[in-house]
Amino acid sequence: MTVQPEPVTGNRTVLDSEAVSRSLTRIAHEILERNKGPHDLVLLGIPSRGVPLAQRIAAKLAEVEGTEVPVGSLDVTMYRDDLRMRPARTLLPTQIPPGGIDGRTVVLVDDVLFSGRTIRAALDAMNDVGRPESVQLAVLVDRGHRQLPIRADFVGKNLPTSLVEQVAVRLNETDDQEGVFIK
Amino acid sequence: MTDYLIKGASVLGGEPRDVLLREGLIADGSSSGAEVVDADGLVMLPGLVDLHTHLREPGREDAETVETGTRAAAMGGFTAVHAMANTEPVADTAGVVEQVWRLGTEAGYCDVQPVGAVTVGLAGERLAELGAMADSAARVRVFSDDGKCVSDPVLMRRALEYVKAFDGVVAQHAQEPRLTEDAQMNEGELSGRLGLRGWPAVAEESIIARDCLLAAHVGSRLHVCHVSTAGSVEIVRWAKSKGWPVTAEVCPHHLLLTDELAASYDPIFKVNPPLRSATDVEALRAGLADGTIDVVATDHAPHPHEDKDCEWQAAAFGMLGLETALSIVQTTMVDAGLLDWAGVAERMSTTPARIGRLAGQGRPLEVGEPANVVLYDPSVSRVVDASELASLSRNTPYAGMELPGRVVATFLRGRPTVLDGKLC
Amino acid sequence: MKKHLLSAADLSRDDAELVLATAEELRSLADRPIKKLPALRGRTVVNLFFEDSTRTRISFEAAAKRLSADVINFSAKGSSLSKGESLKDTALTLEAMGADAVVVRHWASGAPHLLAHAGWARSSVVNAGDGTHEHPTQALLDAFTMTRHLGSLDGRRVAIVGDVLHSRVARSNALLLTTLGAEVTLVAPPTLLPYGVEGWGVETSYDLDAVLPKADVLMMLRVQRERMNAAFFPSVREYSRRYGVDARRMATLQDHTIVMHPGPMIRGMEISADVADSERSVIVEQVTNGVAVRMAVLYLLLGGSQPAIGGDDA
Repeated sequence: MTVQPEPVTGNRTVLDSEAVSRSLTRIAHEILERNKGPHDLVLLGIPSRGVPLAQRIAAKLAEVEGTEVPVGSLDVTMYRDDLRMRPARTLLPTQIPPGGIDGRTVVLVDDVLFSGRTIRAALDAMNDVGRPESVQLAVLVDRGHRQLPIRADFVGKNLPTSLVEQVAVRLNETDDQEGVFIK
Repeated sequence: MTDYLIKGASVLGGEPRDVLLREGLIADGSSSGAEVVDADGLVMLPGLVDLHTHLREPGREDAETVETGTRAAAMGGFTAVHAMANTEPVADTAGVVEQVWRLGTEAGYCDVQPVGAVTVGLAGERLAELGAMADSAARVRVFSDDGKCVSDPVLMRRALEYVKAFDGVVAQHAQEPRLTEDAQMNEGELSGRLGLRGWPAVAEESIIARDCLLAAHVGSRLHVCHVSTAGSVEIVRWAKSKGWPVTAEVCPHHLLLTDELAASYDPIFKVNPPLRSATDVEALRAGLADGTIDVVATDHAPHPHEDKDCEWQAAAFGMLGLETALSIVQTTMVDAGLLDWAGVAERMSTTPARIGRLAGQGRPLEVGEPANVVLYDPSVSRVVDASELASLSRNTPYAGMELPGRVVATFLRGRPTVLDGKLC
Repeated sequence: MKKHLLSAADLSRDDAELVLATAEELRSLADRPIKKLPALRGRTVVNLFFEDSTRTRISFEAAAKRLSADVINFSAKGSSLSKGESLKDTALTLEAMGADAVVVRHWASGAPHLLAHAGWARSSVVNAGDGTHEHPTQALLDAFTMTRHLGSLDGRRVAIVGDVLHSRVARSNALLLTTLGAEVTLVAPPTLLPYGVEGWGVETSYDLDAVLPKADVLMMLRVQRERMNAAFFPSVREYSRRYGVDARRMATLQDHTIVMHPGPMIRGMEISADVADSERSVIVEQVTNGVAVRMAVLYLLLGGSQPAIGGDDA
């Protein structure tokens, strides 16, 4: 029931797979720097593509620090403010790591930051799961056009776009293709 | 009294000719002064006779009255109806049948011949005063517990025997009660799927078989109401082949509709006996065509809206029939090439009048006979609109359905009850 | 537009799989500190019960409340409302109260169908069991429980044993499990199989012992003692001997085979206590899964601008 997106072709490549990897490495280092190490961190990816991104960041953290940072997923479908405006949508997995999020520093991970509404929904969803000490946001691409007072703490690439443009993130884990594209 | 000259009517579907109605009779001679009715393209039949009508009065005047029911009858081309006995109080005494008969006479839209109950209160326990009803002003000849089956074989035997004294007939509602406890629809694959208690064909057929044997044994007339299954047709055919005095009727809805309609859970299709399979419909049509089934009877069963606007299981059994009967017979029999108009006249007028021993009804369309006639236009079609029916109730299963034909005029002893398709 | 869940036949395979997938996500909610989701905030779900069923009502009530819907329980049993126009009047009342969904349990087969199609109300209708017709959410929770233990139901053999004739659970399961690719065998004495069952597209058997070794799922149905008085079977003892499951019969099952029962059970009649309480028994889990499955159904019917599953609103 999840429809596989069409492979992106004939569009401008913004980040190729190597660039994506470099961006995530940088984000991992910034997370460590900001939080003075990996302690009490939890990464929560927002499905679908936020989840593999969170896993990749966790892998890079493990490479650098040699410790496993808990990774989970947080579905925001039922918390979206446009839930009633479209047909009921398939739910995506919510998996909270065994230690929970209470008192931890949660880093939310998503592919693209745009209006900010998904992140608002994620903050609400997290409210029903527990009470973190603090919440930070990591995104692969920030394309601007915010409609809510939300900003990312860690950004792979700032990408000024016009509203008519579409930004597509493709990851091997979900799409059999890798990169960030604009059309 | 106005005379009517009916011009160019196709009498029993034959060559067009003129028919003069004078002084309540079919007449010949001068037509001067007669009102002319243009009957070009219309079929003339003897006034229809229904052996099986529920007029609901006394007791359920919220569903139908003798007046509204006979208005519906006239609109359907009927000049006589047999009013079933399951009223409140039950028509099981001379008093009640005379009341119904008198109400019919007062209404004046068609002859109302009361049917008397076989048993007191339709309870199936002891015989009602059949002789008193026969001797009353209503001159009852047809006796029936319709709605209930006279299931006790001894009681049925006695009833069959007893009515011989006044040339009566027992019209049996064939329904084995134990096999149909809380039954809701024809028993078949669909009843199982829908979770509605099944009404097996055998519940009807076993009673018919028994009654045919009883009728033969005691030498009495038996009439089988609303035959609905292929097996019933077979049994009646077998009884007739023996020369036994058995007659049978079929309802219009059983000639057209099937049990598939129950899948809607719309109780408008809930009827007793239930709608059956397409195979049964086929057999009923064939049986009516070959004369195994003698008559078409409507089982016109009015119910107020609230008795049908509810859960299937809670809803009443029955559907309207008088105003659509001829159209259904046209579409299922005449247009299908199974019956000509003379055959229709026999099955909807002549034979039912004979079974009911009704004087002056179902007579040939000949000079000197009572002027009970119907003019019918088989060339038009109409979409049934329940709100336009003359009946007080609206429970027609044909609402929204396109049916052929229209009754243009009905004459009761020379007087129009319907003219130009409208009640007079 | 799809709007109602009246019959398991309303569900395509995609629909059914969507319900099961959604229920899988919702099931984890039970493990969270706050067992509530906001999806149906501001929506009103009415539990309209013309027949007692505390278990089913509580299950639907928990499901609706966990999705933040307002829940109104309307029990028509024991009041003057027993038949006739009461269903219509009740429907008009609920319509006036602005019900978005009506979960209806009724003693009359087809009552939910009527509620959905008679034009009395605009709300979504969910059949919570009607007469001897259907109980589609029970079938969904049964299928959900099966998939959690067995994975895909394609080619899986499910034996449904007992009073099939009077069972809405059996009807809905036969439809749904077939849709999901399972091979269903109905096992009962001939008196308790519906007339015309040959046309259902499922196997039937009178011989429980022949079916047991091949079954992946053994679903026992409740058999009411009163059926004995209507001559469906001679005695409880004979029924239990021929169609009841005890330790001896359980031993003939494959290792992975699970035993189910929609409840309420009659221990000692169709199922012995040691079977009901055995490792194979998933009867308690069925109850837990019931809430998740009913949440999924309510969410998919009411959560969006239009329903994602269910029968047409003709």
